[in-house]
Amino acid sequence: MNAEWRWEFAFEILPKMLWATLNTIMAAGIGYSIAAVVGLLFLLGQKTPYKAVNAIVREIVEFIRSTPLLIQLFFVYFVGPQFGITLSAWVSAMITIGLHFGTYLSEVYRGALEGVAKTQWEACRALNFTTLYTYRRIVLPQAFPIAIPGMGNYLVGIFKDTPLLSTIGVAELFHAATAVGGYHYRYLEPYTIVGIIFLILSVPAAMGIRKLERSVNKAQGKVKN
Amino acid sequence: MNYFAFLIEHGPTLLLGTVTTIKVLICATILYVIISIIFGLMRLSKNPMIQGTATVYIEFFRGTSLLVQLFWFYYVLPFFGLTLEAFTAGVVAIGMNFGAYGAEIVRGGILAVPKGQWEGAFALNFSPAKRMRRIIIPQIFPIILPPAANLTVELLKATALVALVTVVDLTFEAKQINSITWLSAQCFGTALLIYYIISRFFLVPFLRWLEVLAANKVGKGKV
Repeated sequence: MNAEWRWEFAFEILPKMLWATLNTIMAAGIGYSIAAVVGLLFLLGQKTPYKAVNAIVREIVEFIRSTPLLIQLFFVYFVGPQFGITLSAWVSAMITIGLHFGTYLSEVYRGALEGVAKTQWEACRALNFTTLYTYRRIVLPQAFPIAIPGMGNYLVGIFKDTPLLSTIGVAELFHAATAVGGYHYRYLEPYTIVGIIFLILSVPAAMGIRKLERSVNKAQGKVKN
Repeated sequence: MNYFAFLIEHGPTLLLGTVTTIKVLICATILYVIISIIFGLMRLSKNPMIQGTATVYIEFFRGTSLLVQLFWFYYVLPFFGLTLEAFTAGVVAIGMNFGAYGAEIVRGGILAVPKGQWEGAFALNFSPAKRMRRIIIPQIFPIILPPAANLTVELLKATALVALVTVVDLTFEAKQINSITWLSAQCFGTALLIYYIISRFFLVPFLRWLEVLAANKVGKGKV
């Protein structure tokens, strides 16, 4: 073992790593789609006319938000078989990511809805619009741009949390790096390549989101100076 | 085996792991606060070298995954002759990762101090260092504490990752017990509950108390 970076080794493992990157992107994409829907359900669950239901959903959201994703993954993956339900690594990973980030997205949605000025609601009331019509034509079109930056941030967040999935055996980028590293007993190149791939993918994404955030703020007239 | 028997047999082990988790939490929090302040101030420096260093640091640590950084610190640094103990590697990786996020919060907090305060300090002929220390910094706490509190709860959750580099924390113990007994619901469920209790009944109330304290200190508290 020495500290020398070996280019031929790096190039030898690179194709394998790039293939695994596709799995990472797929995991992030599917997980995000599920989380987006789950987030909506969590939001609706907190806006029912029944106070008890709202409180319970609120507490569930708090619980999921304040416990580590890693143990949630283990929980979903290992608890099923104990009761005779066997979930594959991919399915349990997608369920966990969907639930975990669903709670975060529900907060983003909530913030966006609250970001729409109250006077908008009052004006719709005055114009005798139905609630559904108010949501569809007045509130949601204004709430959506507010939600975009937060939603984008969590897309990048999910992407950066996908390495955790390797712990239950989802064959994504980090899993590939650990496998390759263990096979050749050389971790320098695999883990460094993983880091570089993450940087290449997430830094431009984060920059794009920040740009989007600025333009949204400008469009909403909330820019300083 | 019912749940109480499980708790009696394995509860002490889990509690021992919890102690390690709390140690990681405290050490990493101290490290991340220090890094946040240093790099947050560096980000605002007019010197392009200093500012550039801070920007690269922040983008690097925010752009890659914490787990990758953790493994890099633990498995790759020995290649360069620097072998870190698992606990140290965990604390350093988490501290540096969250320090990058915290630095952005600190920077935002400093920029959010009203311009009149800067001008007032300037008019009174305060030196830049004194202006920062006596006027600006005391005012940033009510601004940065709410987002910093969120970040600290995230940090508590992130401490679970150190189990993957063999630190014997709560997650590690839960995994061990699971591989011996295969009572997954009990051991992971208990671990989840412990994390929840730490966060909901200890960490969050403490951070809220700090927020109130900071708000009162600059006269922005609720009467």
